[in-house]
Amino acid sequence: MRAVLIWGALGAALLVPLWVAATSPLLAWREPIYIIAGLAGVIGLALMALQPLLAAGLLPGLPAPKGRRVHLWIGLAIVTAVILHVAGLWITSPPDVIDALTFRSPTPFAIWGVMAMWAVFAAALLASLRRKLRLPPRIWRRAHTALALVIVGGTSAHALLIEGTMGTVSKTALCLLVVLATLKVIHDLRIWTRRRA
Amino acid sequence: MKTSPLTRRSLIATTGAALATIASGLLVPARAAGLAPTPSMRGGANNYRPGAPIVDRIGGGGFWMTGTVRRAGDGAPISGARIQIWAHTTEGHERDPESHGATLTDANGEFRLEMPQIVPAFGQPHGHLAYDDPEFETVFLRPVMPNASDTTLAAHFVLQPA
Repeated sequence: MRAVLIWGALGAALLVPLWVAATSPLLAWREPIYIIAGLAGVIGLALMALQPLLAAGLLPGLPAPKGRRVHLWIGLAIVTAVILHVAGLWITSPPDVIDALTFRSPTPFAIWGVMAMWAVFAAALLASLRRKLRLPPRIWRRAHTALALVIVGGTSAHALLIEGTMGTVSKTALCLLVVLATLKVIHDLRIWTRRRA
Repeated sequence: MKTSPLTRRSLIATTGAALATIASGLLVPARAAGLAPTPSMRGGANNYRPGAPIVDRIGGGGFWMTGTVRRAGDGAPISGARIQIWAHTTEGHERDPESHGATLTDANGEFRLEMPQIVPAFGQPHGHLAYDDPEFETVFLRPVMPNASDTTLAAHFVLQPA
């Protein structure tokens, strides 16, 4: 029963913002590639809410070892969403994306988004090189978590400053969920505080 | 005994005079320079199409882009200045040729062009305007609408003679 409630609430928290964006009146005046680019961004943000919960094994039916494997696949999905988002926007309006990538954009949210994009790529790279790098586990975990903080903070600022297809209320709630879930797990897993032996 | 031509009194006098000259220059530079030219805005030139035709209206209309064009320095209105206007609207993306059109300023240096409703794109409801002819320096503007439901947007040019 508890598992059903948790999954139900989480599903609603992720799917309602996506549904609001997917039914936005603005879509009537956008070409398919622009619509795909926008929704890929929303999906990427929604998936970010799952990542800390999976890493900590907090989701029913997905305890730590299993949850970590799903965390890896969701991570890959976020990388894919980011690439679709940026590529779709590039096709829609190349100069605007070039401005964003070179930090010359007139819109501050673009800078937050590009920062978060590089942090997503870095976090994924760090994960894929985990064995090769042979970093002490504590150091690896802190580096991956630091990147997660940049991703979560940057993406939330990016989303909140944009006037687009997402609804104000569902967008704010989703960003809060992503940030709070991340902070809770950082606290619970004692990423930066000394662990008891 | 030789005396230096530079006495303490003359040093103080000339230094004081020099400082007074510099200070008076600093106090009135705005009047001397007159009306400053409008700088181009970041991203203003994005999706610009050089040579877009002069039109009576862009698409079906319903939204008004207005503004003025004046000369830097004395602020005199510039008549017959060609201003190109484009935006993401209910009828097309910024890149679409039919989203672009140009108009000319009247004797008062004012312009006004009807176009389709601007809708939020790339995170903000915004328009683009360009002055790009030989008489004055090129200027690209990218004004943002305070409210996406607005049906008019204004942008003003102060141009530097080329």
